[in-house]
Amino acid sequence: MESIAMTRQQLDGDKMIVNMGPSHPTTHGTLRIVLELEGETITKATPEMGYLHRGVEKLGESLSYQQFIPLTDRLNYCSSIMNNVGYTTAVEKLLDIQIPKRAQQIRVLVSELARIADHLVCVGVNAVDIGAFTAFLYLFRQRETIYDLFEMAAGQRLHTSFTRIGGLFRDIPEGFVPLTERFLVECEASLDEMENLLTHNPIWHDRTKGIGAISPEDAVNWGYTGPCLRAAGVPQDLRKAQPYLGYETYDFDIPIGTTGDVFDRYLVRTEEMRQSLRIIRQVLDRLEPGPVMVDDPKIALPSKEKVYTRMESLIHHFKLIMHGMEMPVGEVYSATEAANGELGFYIVSDGGKNPYRIRVRPPCLPIFSSFEDQVKGGLIADAVAVLGAMNVIAGELDR
Amino acid sequence: MAELDINDAVLTTRLDAVVNWGRKNSLWPMPFGVACCAIEFMSMMSSKYDLSRFGAEAMRFSPRQSDMMLILGTITNKMAPVLRTIYAQMAEPKWVISVGVCASSGGMYRTYATLQGVDRIIPVDVYVPGCPPRPESIIYGVMKLQEQIEKESLSMRKDHIARFYESLERQDALQAAKGLTSQQTIREMLMDAGERGVGTIF
Amino acid sequence: MIIEHIDAQLPGTITDRHDFRGDQTVVITRENLLAVVDLLHREGFQFLVDITAVDWPEREQRFDVVYHWLNLASQERLRVKVPVADGESVASLAGLFKTANWFEREVFDLFGIRFEGHPDLRRLLTWGDFQGHALRKDFPLDGGDVFCMEGCTAPYNNGERS
Repeated sequence: MESIAMTRQQLDGDKMIVNMGPSHPTTHGTLRIVLELEGETITKATPEMGYLHRGVEKLGESLSYQQFIPLTDRLNYCSSIMNNVGYTTAVEKLLDIQIPKRAQQIRVLVSELARIADHLVCVGVNAVDIGAFTAFLYLFRQRETIYDLFEMAAGQRLHTSFTRIGGLFRDIPEGFVPLTERFLVECEASLDEMENLLTHNPIWHDRTKGIGAISPEDAVNWGYTGPCLRAAGVPQDLRKAQPYLGYETYDFDIPIGTTGDVFDRYLVRTEEMRQSLRIIRQVLDRLEPGPVMVDDPKIALPSKEKVYTRMESLIHHFKLIMHGMEMPVGEVYSATEAANGELGFYIVSDGGKNPYRIRVRPPCLPIFSSFEDQVKGGLIADAVAVLGAMNVIAGELDR
Repeated sequence: MAELDINDAVLTTRLDAVVNWGRKNSLWPMPFGVACCAIEFMSMMSSKYDLSRFGAEAMRFSPRQSDMMLILGTITNKMAPVLRTIYAQMAEPKWVISVGVCASSGGMYRTYATLQGVDRIIPVDVYVPGCPPRPESIIYGVMKLQEQIEKESLSMRKDHIARFYESLERQDALQAAKGLTSQQTIREMLMDAGERGVGTIF
Repeated sequence: MIIEHIDAQLPGTITDRHDFRGDQTVVITRENLLAVVDLLHREGFQFLVDITAVDWPEREQRFDVVYHWLNLASQERLRVKVPVADGESVASLAGLFKTANWFEREVFDLFGIRFEGHPDLRRLLTWGDFQGHALRKDFPLDGGDVFCMEGCTAPYNNGERS
């Protein structure tokens, strides 16, 4: 492969170049890091990305707003529903519509489930990279329950495309709430088990404390958001700072770290999972019956019975599919607190059926761009720990 | 009496059958995990779906130590030369399962950046559709591969693998001649094949 | 609010402003970018959220480089747009905001807009000798590959907007 680091002629005899990726055992997606080592100490680390650049933003320009929703699923594929929610929130901001109460509550419910799923993968895979395989197996059992919940609600385990512009695809079925109640209990127990294995483990402390520490000013300057920013000590969480979907009505805490190192990030993520369980409990308590889709024929597709029996519904269905929604001319930026941080959608509309420009602001791009600063001077084993704690998902990094 | 003892202890069969039986029941996968299908692969390897029942527990991330490459996720044009290099490093006998529609045909990404199907650059044995396919589907794909392996013959030459290595030499020659990056070389070979109406470059 | 601050301390720099769905946008010229950014940094807008660009090929200044800022103390957001013609370059913010480094590389890769003063301006998402700039409106969706769109009609319409 092409050399993006120094060539052999330029190096003196003591340094060694090690290439991590793009195909590598740490299951973090395809990225490439060219490490320059002096013994085991890293002197330079050049990250390279783009190995999963699929052209999503360009593709969005030739699809309608509703057709873009499956593409958003595949951005952060560990927590697909949060991308759906983020995108449809942006389009609803552009249209200036309010979705029904029940739809908001269910969106919060599935978002928090997806957040738990993402953190389970991040902590589990971080542990596997460092060598602690058992935590991963315990945590993945809970992920299977979350998959069952998603399959019940949306029909698909991983890429749900659950939200629609104006609400949800469909209402949650009968067995969803009992299974969620069971999940709340089981997940709490599983998190306790995992913490028993890791939190007070001296090997875990040795491998993660002090590794990849970052100051709050540096973190803000690098553009960090999400658990990595909160682990560095900056109390920024869009659910509290700029609430959406009714988050201001729920009672939950934001865990803040002190040093920003890998151990703090692990603790922040674990505590966030517990807080998400708390939010889900509150949503289940106050879930009220009602519609899940906005009652506007110019935005929502009518139900199939109406399409087959009533003329206006047939016409509305035809217009929505063939000519798209009537979009105002303008641009919006809408951000939600995804599992990795601030997931932003910048949509420019020129009034046509397709968006003129869709931009996805990936939360892990600024975090990954700071990789060299984080590992310089450290040992090569620390590079793997830091990479795991950053939770770089190539789908949203490269789009 | 001696004959009965020998009959219990000795089994006669064809060499092909025994070798294929051994190969199909010890397929060591090399997960080329790239995108979302890799998450379903992780689910498949954990206890609920459990691929190790099929002898495929020894997941080796090194191509030198594995038999079966599972391509999990979208292969972009930037990743294409990497995939060819890794496939070339595997020792024969080797098989490829392309998991998911992105690897099989480009999926929903008909763009400038996505390779429209991994079979354009390397030979593929089994395609598993789905976006992402359920873990049971991937296991079914492995079972289909096992059925294919059963019918193989030791004397049969694997034509497509020989053509792949020959195309690798052509790629190196073209890259050296024009001074391009490996991605641009493969892209030119693909565009050239597309204009001739041929899908693959090997 | 911040727009009044900019108007007071750097009069005449704002050529246009919008307020759409609660988003504040100002349009400035590329020569004034560094001055405005400096002011924003001093006023507490220290979090550069995003840098991107939009292509309007009919306009003479065909690109709009779009910056998004967030004030962590007051949770106020601001969008700054800088119109740029094809071939012109914009001052790089990579010295002041480390996050700008890769965002500007991505804009260069996908649009071809150069950033003066950037420490390492090369392609980020596509490979080294990729031909063209992918997100420009005159770049085809399939990148010129005949096989890519084979047998495909709606909804892609071969990259044409329907």
